[in-house]
Amino acid sequence: MRSVQALAVAVLSVLAISDVSRAAEPKSGGIFRIYHRDSPGSASIHEGATYSVNIPFMPIFNNLVIFDQHIAQNSVSTIRPELAESWAWSGDNKTLTFKLRKDVKWHDGKPFTSADVKCTFDMLMGKSQQKFRQNPRKSWYDQVEEVTTNGDDEASFKLKRPQPALLSLLASGYSPVYPCHVSPAEMRTKPIGTGPFKFVEFKANESIKLTKNPDYFKKGLPYLDGIEFTIIPNRSTAILGFVSGKFDMTFPTEVSIPLLKDVKSQDPTAVCVVEPNNVSTNIIINSTAPPFNNLDIRRALALALDRKAFIQIMFEGQGDIGGTMEPAPDGLWAMPKDMLESIPGYGPDVEKNREEARKLMQKAGYGPDKHLQIKVSTRNIAVYRDPAIILIDQIKSIYIDAELDVVDTAQWFPKIARKDYSLGLNLTGNAVDEPDQSFYENYACGSERNYTNYCNKDIEKLFDQQSEETDLDKRKKLVWEIDKKLQEDVARPIIFHARTATCWKPYVKNVTIMSNSSYNGYRYEDVWLDK
Amino acid sequence: MFAYIVRRLFLMLVTLFGISVIIFVLLRVVPGNIVDILFDAAGFVDPADKANLERELGLSQPIVIQYLHWIGGLLHGDLGYSYVSEKPALEEILPRIPITARLAGLALLFSASIGIPLGVISAVHQGSKLDYALRVVSLSGLSLPSFWLGLLILMASVSLFGSMPIFNPNPKTWLEALTIYAVPAMAVGFRSAALTMRITRSSMLEILRQDYIRTARAKGASEASVNYHHALKNAVLPVITVIGIEAAFLIGGLIVTETVFNIPGIARFLVEALRWRDYPIVQNLVMFIAVVVVVVNFIVDMLYAAIDPRIRFGD
Repeated sequence: MRSVQALAVAVLSVLAISDVSRAAEPKSGGIFRIYHRDSPGSASIHEGATYSVNIPFMPIFNNLVIFDQHIAQNSVSTIRPELAESWAWSGDNKTLTFKLRKDVKWHDGKPFTSADVKCTFDMLMGKSQQKFRQNPRKSWYDQVEEVTTNGDDEASFKLKRPQPALLSLLASGYSPVYPCHVSPAEMRTKPIGTGPFKFVEFKANESIKLTKNPDYFKKGLPYLDGIEFTIIPNRSTAILGFVSGKFDMTFPTEVSIPLLKDVKSQDPTAVCVVEPNNVSTNIIINSTAPPFNNLDIRRALALALDRKAFIQIMFEGQGDIGGTMEPAPDGLWAMPKDMLESIPGYGPDVEKNREEARKLMQKAGYGPDKHLQIKVSTRNIAVYRDPAIILIDQIKSIYIDAELDVVDTAQWFPKIARKDYSLGLNLTGNAVDEPDQSFYENYACGSERNYTNYCNKDIEKLFDQQSEETDLDKRKKLVWEIDKKLQEDVARPIIFHARTATCWKPYVKNVTIMSNSSYNGYRYEDVWLDK
Repeated sequence: MFAYIVRRLFLMLVTLFGISVIIFVLLRVVPGNIVDILFDAAGFVDPADKANLERELGLSQPIVIQYLHWIGGLLHGDLGYSYVSEKPALEEILPRIPITARLAGLALLFSASIGIPLGVISAVHQGSKLDYALRVVSLSGLSLPSFWLGLLILMASVSLFGSMPIFNPNPKTWLEALTIYAVPAMAVGFRSAALTMRITRSSMLEILRQDYIRTARAKGASEASVNYHHALKNAVLPVITVIGIEAAFLIGGLIVTETVFNIPGIARFLVEALRWRDYPIVQNLVMFIAVVVVVVNFIVDMLYAAIDPRIRFGD
């Protein structure tokens, strides 16, 4: 209850700050200086799978539609037109038509037309001559039959079956429209968009610079003259840089809870918000080989988790317990609390859960005199290693002695793909708070990101059923049912959902950090500096 | 002498060839390549897409062909393209060399100008309070990790001056330009100065016990003349060796300093390239560092003869 109250206060404070800043008259000018946590592999958002790419390059582009950049919780009701003036679903919900703006030009002066929309999504669906070097979100468009155009200012997405989620997927920061006349290779190094800022330069390991687009189709915007990202992989140096005033804002959602205290003590004027980022820390289990091909052992594992302890140790209590979908109140699709607590392992009495787990382990042939020896594999990154160590400690209580197997990041997915692990600790980020994205990507039979090869045809039918459902309340209930079954099946036990902070100087106005995605809120077209 | 130089130059070429083979093979023995990393970032492995990309980057060719392609290009000044930035490797590497060279040069200057005089003073005043104090300073220089010292300097700067001397590619004043290099140079040079000081001290102690030093004193030479003209000149050979080794180390070994002070030099770039398995960048950077090490060693050897006329290189 106290955490709910604290959250409410935090949300109200942010709203208040936002209202105050919006009440003042925006000033034009100034360079917005942000540090970047690492050097992105390329400048092409469509080829990236990390928000290290979205954050610096999202201001260069526009989508057909976009989540409102000043409402923290992304939902269908917060979707706003961008390159599209309006949109409409056909009567059978199988065609989504966008009327496009006529006054938009690419940064190189060429006009934006519906052909660019078709080009972009044909390329994403793998239907065009030009190919992306990698195409991590191809599955988002599995239900799109084709994209058609009607003149220069109308584009339609024709679907194989109704999929109301498509609009949300198109509103993500991961869904910019690319120009037809620029090759994917050029987009990786010198991106051209229609957005509020133009690309200036990207020096690997050094900086990324953007400058104001004076011909932006939204008249009077952007307010800033430019945005500069200085790449500082060392977190201590970066935070000191922010405190000393070298930067106007930290890298979004990159300040951990313990670091937040340092920031606030060294710069009490800094405006900081703590938000969930729709990233779950979870366990991947190789259920195709012993010992975890035994359902009892998998269930015992799920029962052994003390989720609150994870959150307390890692985030000083500022994290959330939930299923696959981000927990409420920020998550739109979270199971109700009583439903969540009815799932084995989610009940509040950890000792009782563990007693049950020990019985299951004994049934499987293990006990105080015969411990199960395993390795817990994880990537060699702190946010992976730290919870893996806590996990190893917790499963000792159910006769499992585990050793940490730290895997070089280049070897992580190949290792998982060839099933060379028994237990792994993994992080799963969701670009959109949308069941279609989460369920199909992580749990559908044969999906490339379904690392555990979990496959349940009955649940898969429910995936399709919820995906087609246009009634929001009915869809929610289906989503809850699916999420509950996924947890009961120990498909990929979710340990916790993290919360992280972002800080900026008080003179930075109109920044909103999204509360159910870390990928969608970086257009920065109306951010301004009050100095 | 001439034959010696020719032999050394030949050995340098053999060494560089050996290094080129070792780095090339080692890079490919290390698990994972750029394609694995890209697909890792994307979160899945599609075998067909992976194979296409490997073919596109030339990674599917036999290793010998890949090596010959690289060496052939290198001999013609073509260093290939970075897999990550897709820019010519030379374009990526070249602007970073002066940054590291400035930092390493300043660090060496700091090391020599502090380490040698303090080493002499410590040796001359052996057993005194000053000697003990200087030995404590030198020990702390060797013991303090440079990243920690760097962070302390940054924290102190923020706390005392409200600003910090991290890298800025376009410094506004000469003072800022000096500061962004001098402060990290001091952080890294402290350890180097401590090492130089200890070597100078021990070498000086050995020389100061020689008969010819006693003779010089007996002939009435001043203490300064004895210490700096007669003793230091003969004690400096091991110091030059250490400075040579440090110079080579500083070209490629500044990773921690470059990271803490956010300096876009070659050491940080090398580590980042290694993380991405960006072979063209790693191979060429390692070769560059190898050339620097080999050349510095060669210069040090030549300096021996110039400084100590007793040394003659056998023909």
